[in-house]
Amino acid sequence: MSPHEDARYVQRFDRYHRITHGLLMLSFLGLAATGLPLRFSGAPWAYYLSRVFGGFETAGTVHRACAVVLIIVFIAHIGRLVRRAVVEKDYSMFWGPASMVPQPGDLREMAQHFRYFVGRGPRPKFDHFTYWEKFDYWAVFWGMFVIGGSGLMLWFPRFFAHVVPGWAFNVAMLVHGEEALLAVGFIFTVHFFNGHIRPEKFPMDLVIFTGRLPRHELEEERQGELARLTAEGRLGALEASPPKPFVVTVGRSIGTLAVVIGLSLVALIVYAVVF
Amino acid sequence: MTWPHARRAFVLGLFLSVASGPVHGQDAPPAPTNDDCLMCHGDTSAQRASGSSVFVDAARFAESVHGQLELACTACHLDLAAAEFPHAEQLMPARCDACHDASAFEASVHGRAVAAGMVPAPTCWSCHGSHDILPSSDPRSRTYRLNVMRTCAQCHGASGAEQGRPGGNVAALFEDSIHGRALLRSGLTVAPSCVSCHGAHDIAPPNEAASKVNRANVAATCGACHEGIKRQYLGGTHGALVQNGDPRAPVCVDCHSAHHIQRADVEQWQVDVIRECGNCHTDKLRTYRDTFHGKVTELGFARVATCANCHGAHEVLPASNPASPVSPEGRLRTCQKCHAGVNASFAAYDPHADTHDRTRNPLLFFTARFMEVLLVGVFSFFGIHSGLWFARSWREVRRHHAAAAVTEPPPAAAPAEGPPADEERPR
Repeated sequence: MSPHEDARYVQRFDRYHRITHGLLMLSFLGLAATGLPLRFSGAPWAYYLSRVFGGFETAGTVHRACAVVLIIVFIAHIGRLVRRAVVEKDYSMFWGPASMVPQPGDLREMAQHFRYFVGRGPRPKFDHFTYWEKFDYWAVFWGMFVIGGSGLMLWFPRFFAHVVPGWAFNVAMLVHGEEALLAVGFIFTVHFFNGHIRPEKFPMDLVIFTGRLPRHELEEERQGELARLTAEGRLGALEASPPKPFVVTVGRSIGTLAVVIGLSLVALIVYAVVF
Repeated sequence: MTWPHARRAFVLGLFLSVASGPVHGQDAPPAPTNDDCLMCHGDTSAQRASGSSVFVDAARFAESVHGQLELACTACHLDLAAAEFPHAEQLMPARCDACHDASAFEASVHGRAVAAGMVPAPTCWSCHGSHDILPSSDPRSRTYRLNVMRTCAQCHGASGAEQGRPGGNVAALFEDSIHGRALLRSGLTVAPSCVSCHGAHDIAPPNEAASKVNRANVAATCGACHEGIKRQYLGGTHGALVQNGDPRAPVCVDCHSAHHIQRADVEQWQVDVIRECGNCHTDKLRTYRDTFHGKVTELGFARVATCANCHGAHEVLPASNPASPVSPEGRLRTCQKCHAGVNASFAAYDPHADTHDRTRNPLLFFTARFMEVLLVGVFSFFGIHSGLWFARSWREVRRHHAAAAVTEPPPAAAPAEGPPADEERPR
């Protein structure tokens, strides 16, 4: 449905979220495109992709630059969480519907969701963050430590050799590649499916670019949140005007480009794994 | 074709008699002088019944090594010494072995081909020419250092490849090699030509023990010029194996190739030779490809360590030898060649760690298994999750469309104040 059809929108992401996600996307795509030729160095396409960036040294520089952007995004995110908790005394992030922390309700909703898939129950009444959104979030969190940590070890081996034994670099090399493969594979298939490919969202869920969710989507997909916001009397404060056409166009362009690049990289991975 | 000794002696006698003038006290007709022969053969239009030319360029013959010696035509064309003129159309082939010892040639692969009646098979004049033979020291000679490769290429070039001769078009490979470039482009007279490695008259196929290019002799053949490298090689593991007659031992040509030898400082060669090492050291190549070094070189960049950067090239030694650059004693210094200032812990990195070797790399082994379970687990779970969800969403969306089609008022009943609903749809 085009934004014109439903004039009522609900604010979901603020500017900080959108900028953070944008930088995350950009750096993640850069990291994937420069890292995959090394991970699959034996594949015929790797020879060419490694030269798109002007050889392995330039590709390495791009890879590290993207890593720095991603680390800054991560630190900024942690900083904001700390600020919310310490300065604003906002503890909603630790538990409850606005928290990313996995809770018993998530398991229940997941079970319900599976029953819904096979036609044995209604769609769960999801709240602000669903279980798969939480998985996405913690996957990035875990990935930041595993890929980021191992990546820093491989970037500064001379320094880290004073701290860790030699075999740790073998492990770092392995987990950097495998975890990155997991991250790239997950984001470019499962995350894209949730946001773009599944029929209700196709061709694209623009909420991460516009920050605004059409009201009807809240009614259809997040009945729990709608009911809670209504009961708390906060729905009115969150209501927003439709996103500006300019924002929609930019979001759609960036999103389409990212999906095309991401799915192309998935195709290359599949080629390398199968052949 | 063998030439019995008795007959050779007879021919030699004949030659000497020709050289020393008419044989006294005999009735045989006098042998023709060169001028007699040139009466007919000096005519550029002289030809056989078949139309092929029988012209002999007297000036070029005079310049040739045989002309300089003022040899008579009959010195080589032995059967003409006593022939009636005009002589028969079919003559005996010219005999070089009347003067020259042909035993080395007869034993060679070429000589045996001639004896076996193979066609084509090279005889003396295939390489040396006939009436215009020049000493190999003469830059115009077919067998001069800078020219001899073209002479061999008559058979071992493109036509050799077409006719299935051993090695195919080895001339093309040689021309593109460091030896070929030095010889043919730079005109470097110390550069090796075909005969430097294969010999000239005594060429033998590589599977024969006497051959200069037999595996047991290759190091000595290359070492004739590359003396220093030969010493390094013979002092290393590979050289020791070949000296023990181990057939697995790599010789010079296994890594460098025989004819297509490239400069060792060319990036492409440096990354290609890794695969040569991997032909025998299969598991080492596999584990090397798991490392950053192995991946970057696989992409074709030689900026990072190849096999030889750590192990040495010709003098390669086992890690158990303290002199080896990969021995426990020498390893750190080897790493420091590129990674300046690193410590012993850095050098304890295993450059051939095996994710499937539980005893060699236990932590790596278990990490690899954990990552496998993690990847398979996550992709399996979300594969099923997304698949089921897609199927459900698909049905849901179609049901919505069907429901919308039923509940939507037909265009005729559309409210007058707004445009018909289906006109809004395409937006």
